[in-house]
Amino acid sequence: MSSIAIPHAGDHGHDAHEHHHETFLTKYIFSQDHKMIAKQFLITGIIMAFFAMFLSILFRIQLAWPEKDFPILEVFLGKWAEGGRIRPDFFLSLVTIHGTIMVFFVLTAGLSGTFSNLLIPLQLGARDMASPFMNMLSYWLFFSACVVMISSFFVESGPASAGWTIYPPLSALPQAIPGSGTGMTLWLASMVLFIASQVMGGINYISTVLNMRTKGMSLWRMPLTIWAVFLTAIVGLLSFPVLVSAVVLLIFDRSMGTSFYLSDIIIGGQILPNEGGSPILFQHLFWFLGHPEVYIVLMPALGLTSEVIATNSRKPIFGYHAMVYSLIGITVLSFIVWGHHMFVTGMNPFLGGVFMITTLIIAVPSAVKTFNYLATLWRGNIKFTPAMLFAIGLVSFFISGGLTGIFLGNSALDINLHDTYFVVAHFHLVMGSASICGMLCGVYHWYPKMFGRMMNDKLGYLHFWMTFIGAYLVFFPMHFMGIDGVPRRYYSFTNFPFMQEWLTVNVFVTWAAIIAGLGQVAFLFNFFYSIWFGKKATQNPWKSNTLEWTTPVEHLHGNWPGEIPTVYRWPYDYSKPGHEDDFIPQTVPFSETMSSNLPHDFEGDAVAEQIQREWDKEHGVERELHH
Amino acid sequence: MRYRKYINFRTIFSLVIATMLLLHGSAFAQAGDSTATENDTTVSSSELQAEAESAGTTAADTTGNAVAAATPEGTSATSNAVQAAQEEEKSIDPQVYKNFFYYVLLFFLVCIIVGIVGKIIQVYELTREMQGRAKRVNWNKFHGTLFLISLFVGLYGAYWSYAHHGSLAWHESASEHGERIDSMFITTTVITTIVFVLTHILLFGFSFVYKSTGKRKAYFYPHNNLIEKIWTIVPAIVLTVLVLFGFFTWRSITNVPDDVAKDALQVEITGEQFAWTVRYGGKDNKIGKRSIKLTTPLNGLGIDYNDKSAWDDIMGSDIVLPVGKPVRFTINSKDILHSFYMPDFRVQMNAVPGMATHFQMTPRYTTAEMREKLNNPEFDYVMLCAKICGQGHYNMQKTVRIVSEAEYKEWLATQSYFFSDDVKKEFKASQSANKGEQEEDNKQLALNY
Ligand code: HEM
Ligand SMILES: [Cu+2]
Ligand SMILES: [Cu+2]
Repeated sequence: MSSIAIPHAGDHGHDAHEHHHETFLTKYIFSQDHKMIAKQFLITGIIMAFFAMFLSILFRIQLAWPEKDFPILEVFLGKWAEGGRIRPDFFLSLVTIHGTIMVFFVLTAGLSGTFSNLLIPLQLGARDMASPFMNMLSYWLFFSACVVMISSFFVESGPASAGWTIYPPLSALPQAIPGSGTGMTLWLASMVLFIASQVMGGINYISTVLNMRTKGMSLWRMPLTIWAVFLTAIVGLLSFPVLVSAVVLLIFDRSMGTSFYLSDIIIGGQILPNEGGSPILFQHLFWFLGHPEVYIVLMPALGLTSEVIATNSRKPIFGYHAMVYSLIGITVLSFIVWGHHMFVTGMNPFLGGVFMITTLIIAVPSAVKTFNYLATLWRGNIKFTPAMLFAIGLVSFFISGGLTGIFLGNSALDINLHDTYFVVAHFHLVMGSASICGMLCGVYHWYPKMFGRMMNDKLGYLHFWMTFIGAYLVFFPMHFMGIDGVPRRYYSFTNFPFMQEWLTVNVFVTWAAIIAGLGQVAFLFNFFYSIWFGKKATQNPWKSNTLEWTTPVEHLHGNWPGEIPTVYRWPYDYSKPGHEDDFIPQTVPFSETMSSNLPHDFEGDAVAEQIQREWDKEHGVERELHH
Repeated sequence: MRYRKYINFRTIFSLVIATMLLLHGSAFAQAGDSTATENDTTVSSSELQAEAESAGTTAADTTGNAVAAATPEGTSATSNAVQAAQEEEKSIDPQVYKNFFYYVLLFFLVCIIVGIVGKIIQVYELTREMQGRAKRVNWNKFHGTLFLISLFVGLYGAYWSYAHHGSLAWHESASEHGERIDSMFITTTVITTIVFVLTHILLFGFSFVYKSTGKRKAYFYPHNNLIEKIWTIVPAIVLTVLVLFGFFTWRSITNVPDDVAKDALQVEITGEQFAWTVRYGGKDNKIGKRSIKLTTPLNGLGIDYNDKSAWDDIMGSDIVLPVGKPVRFTINSKDILHSFYMPDFRVQMNAVPGMATHFQMTPRYTTAEMREKLNNPEFDYVMLCAKICGQGHYNMQKTVRIVSEAEYKEWLATQSYFFSDDVKKEFKASQSANKGEQEEDNKQLALNY
């Protein structure tokens, strides 16, 4: 297999960069440097995450103590919490915006945006992204989307409140719920900006990966992080535009009197003129993005943890090829399973059967990945950095949440589980907790690369254990509420005798959530404190093989001061027998590691094999060169 | 340098706390229970309670459902709210701010303690180092051990949750197809639990066993095609079995032959914000046609009485069904999406405006039998809304009663027809008016739409 790497065009022009002056504005605000953009994505994502987490604490308080007043809430929320009680429609707004922000703004933009931008050029050996300008635009569109989304808290009728899936007609008719007025308009506007941002980012990631790899960096020598963000970008590029179409049609229905999603509706005693539309159409369009979206959220997290687990187990990732093929399998399959969100929506039941089959197939590559993680840990030499702890956390959450997917993917079982807390538990474990763990794992691991300083380990440990235990305490009991038939998005459980037995569980869950939430402050403090006061980082603090650790600690535009390094090997030569150190960076040629080379290292290169054979003879080593 | 900064940080907050304590001696006692103070300042009377209850559950009113009154405890808080709002005219008791401030302080205190503990660990490590001992705190061992503990505590916790929460959650299904769903649920639970336990034993076990000791090198083991094939194929087989099992169950539930469907008891359920209307097919067991355009205040469902099979349609106050007889639900919505959900029967189907959906099932146990089984004389089957639909979503319910055939007949006789005298009058009036205006109407329709 030949390498497609093209020598970087910026090589010659590069010196010019050192001369131009960077103002505060061009360096920190309208930066076109991928590292700065990554940091912008990350910090915006963290701020949004805390905002969304705060919203979740608010509605958890309502769920735990539905009969109690919290006058302080009125201080913050005014009429939305009159007398210290959250109003039912505002409760739905909280749920909606929490979900939207977490899924799109934190786990999509915050995760992909940060690590694709940071790692694609650094791990592939490129001076920057293919189109730095578009990259900058991507961030600023994302930023505007965030601003628009948050601004919906300042409109009279409140933020969107039809759930993060904004199913019409509820989202189309302001008469149905106040949040479907201006709030929903802002939601839709924000989403259009957001998707534009994702598409620009995605095009950039894909073209950079395909065109700008350094010499020797063939596709099969790319770290799994890159495979993951690359495939994620492809999924996003193919699915996000479909969401735009769904959103645009919804905008038409809302403001131009079309009937794409509306038909036969009486609301507020008024018969609406719309005819012939179908709410199911929206669901098809939404989930055509929506399901790939959950893998857009998960795959980068899997990529980051693959890298971190290999590095900190001091072992090659087990089954590198299988890992890549699983990712590819997930990428392809993720487009044909969306119907599993619609088993009981009135979609043709036969179709439901088909989607059940495709859905359960997608569990196979997921299972393979899990086993490969476990095999990587086996006989490792595990170093528990905070990043590694979070990586292990991800594996655990991925298993727990993936297994409940097998219930939901089964359409017959889904009849009773759809739209209950079981679903909430499922996706908060597999998507929420697992991806957040992956993201935090990435932050702890690449922090030294981003900020040139180390985060405090001990606070990281505290943060991990609070998050890990907290998330299980919050989400595990929810499965049982779902099995009992408690629907999600319920404002209170007080109106049904059978739900009242869950009230104590709700109190427990809320306390767990509050404590886990406060645990995140350890991270927040650690993150910002360390930017200025953290211990100075060394160049390669984790003794890692990948290219980003060959760049100087101090950032410079263009990443490498001299020539871009050439790559000679895959990124996972950890603890190779015969080599002194337990890691061999990708930039070390085989000629420098004669004592540890293995047959498959030469990829059939006869000359190299000949040289190795001679060396072996000289040093009296026996080694099988063909396999 | 950094050390000194830390001290400043700490002293500042100690000072803040000291001043707070001076200002308000019993700060923490109150922070412990903020609502206690409010209860002291307001007197609650039973009338106010009742008032608050009706104000608090507007949604219930619209459904006209008495179940809403089943909020047994804690309504005094509502009365507080109402009263506070009346008395104070929106001004917020300063105590509220104080209490909040105490909680914030409490949190800072915890942070400071964490900081101090962190410092102690750091100092401990430094002294160990200065004394020339090789090792600092062995964090790898620490976490490895924690993972091992997590494994045991976690597995026990999961077991406890299965036992405790599981018994709260799990009730035998009250429908015939539900039995099949349940056995599949149990099978899936057993399989997934085994996988869950094994993988976690491996994950946390490996974390414990293979923690770095600094003396060992990891085992270079990049791949093993055979093992990888095995663990691709085994899950694939298990999943295939589950899929087949599931597929046929699903088909058997949803793919009801037309004649069987026709013979079943016909019941139509129509959702709207935030209530359900139940319509029985009546003597002919046929549900009359509807058209949304015919909706009037009297004819809420827009039933088309030109269709004679609608004349004997009966409005059910609840859903009452005879045991052991197949019933076919036709589900509709007047406004937005709702979801017709009866967890006890493993029945769920969305209510979609403009598109009727169906679900057929056969109840197995009467309400009385289920009460006995569950040893709960208060028990009732419920039907509730599972699709987010607005403010009243959380309380959009109907009671479901399963009774003997005789009781069912008796009950049905007490229910009223949709085609009541008033509706008849309206229908006749519209018919005679229609004859004259029909053509004009049609033209107008064409223009409007
Ligand atoms: C083992 C593979 C998986 C299977 C078989 C599976 C299956 C399902 C099914 C059938 C549903 C719909 C449940 C319902 O609404 O009734 C669902 C919901 C969901 N799943 Fe998964 N899932 C799997 C893995 C994942 C992963 C990896 C993620 C994300 C990273 C994820 C995220 C979600 C989300 C976000 C929802 C809920 C969406 C909503 O209704 O709000 N799932 N899953
Ligand atoms: Cu999905
Ligand atoms: Cu509802």
